[in-house]
Amino acid sequence: MRRYSPKKNVQAKAKYTDRFWVAPRVPRESVEEGSYFAEVLETLKESGIEVLESFVELGQLVIKINPEQNVETLKTLKEKSCVKMCSELSAVDYLAQDGEFEVFYQLLNLDKAQRIRVITRIKENQAIESVENIYRMANFAEREMYDMFGIYVNNHSYLKRILMPDDWVGHPLLKTYPLQGDEHASWYEVDKIFGKEYRDIIGPEIRDTATIDRYDTQRFARVGHEVPFGADPELVDKTKTSIEDGYSKTFLTDYTTGSKELENRR
Amino acid sequence: MAQHQVNYASSGGLPVVLTSADHLINWGRSNSLWPLTYGLACCAIEMMASGASRYDFDRMGVIFRASPRQADVMVLAGTLTKKHAEFTRRLYDQMAEPKWVISMGSCANTGGMFNTYSIVQGVDRVVPVDIYLPGCAPRPETLQYAVMMLQKKIRRESADMKKNQKQRFI
Repeated sequence: MRRYSPKKNVQAKAKYTDRFWVAPRVPRESVEEGSYFAEVLETLKESGIEVLESFVELGQLVIKINPEQNVETLKTLKEKSCVKMCSELSAVDYLAQDGEFEVFYQLLNLDKAQRIRVITRIKENQAIESVENIYRMANFAEREMYDMFGIYVNNHSYLKRILMPDDWVGHPLLKTYPLQGDEHASWYEVDKIFGKEYRDIIGPEIRDTATIDRYDTQRFARVGHEVPFGADPELVDKTKTSIEDGYSKTFLTDYTTGSKELENRR
Repeated sequence: MAQHQVNYASSGGLPVVLTSADHLINWGRSNSLWPLTYGLACCAIEMMASGASRYDFDRMGVIFRASPRQADVMVLAGTLTKKHAEFTRRLYDQMAEPKWVISMGSCANTGGMFNTYSIVQGVDRVVPVDIYLPGCAPRPETLQYAVMMLQKKIRRESADMKKNQKQRFI
């Protein structure tokens, strides 16, 4: 059973009250002598790969390499250290801090159940070599990386956007990309379907979901007080657009005011 | 051979119903609404449940069709992404007149909790909507109520599409 925690007044309290609270860093350990990870590092060293940094984080080996050696590194790991699977490949945007992207390859040795992460740093306009020939999953993952960050991948067989539409402008996972979209994003469907001249007619997006405007009869209607589309609700002749028009009286008995129908039924 | 008893004294001696053309046509239209199966996200589960045996939309004449050519109601059930918006519009254009749209759930109504760059903030930016159905996700009873409200709306309309002059600018 889940441990009980007092549920009274949970809404009023903020979870963290310390304004200067800093998330604790995951502890990094050095690679143990004689372990599988040490063997992997030894193999890489023998193959002439420059390992800039290596440590163990949460039981996973992290290797930092030069971006030019990414294909060579993964090839060595796959062929000599038996790392058969690449489970994820993407990038992290560190442009604001360091002016660089961090590209990572999350690898898995299925025989020994050990995970290895290969990370490398590239500059903003620097391209990276494709690892599609080593791990087939890299085809889609590199397309996603290109789509989300705008990182070009050299020698990729089909480098095309995968999630966003082909004519999308911008790369949404960049830290500089606004969450609610730039101007192009906010008018995308209007421009594409109707053309730019329809922007005035359709109007900007309503981002405040609590918006209710009973005088805007193009977007809103009050049930039981419907008026023709776009008409001013104050000017409409109520007698002409009575809701009783056209369907059975018994269905429309107004229980709040107490009509004759109700009395008859009683 | 009359199946029902005819009261010759009160109905003028004939089993005749008098009505207007509008009422007759709208009676037919409103009682056989054929929606397009158009599930976009989790609301589609509720829509499917509405069509299945427990809630049984068939008894109301609501039969889901897999082709826009055969449908006259589009139930937009779920989150509409900007990438998909043009296809929604194309399917709407492929439906024959008269046609109606039910926007089902918060995501279709306003974008819902997806206040982000990639989601259409209300499907009324793409197609004209007749019924906005709130809920996340609306239960089958709620969808059933929306269909009943749409039937009421259709019965109020003029059968002549030209007279209705609904918003057709988008």
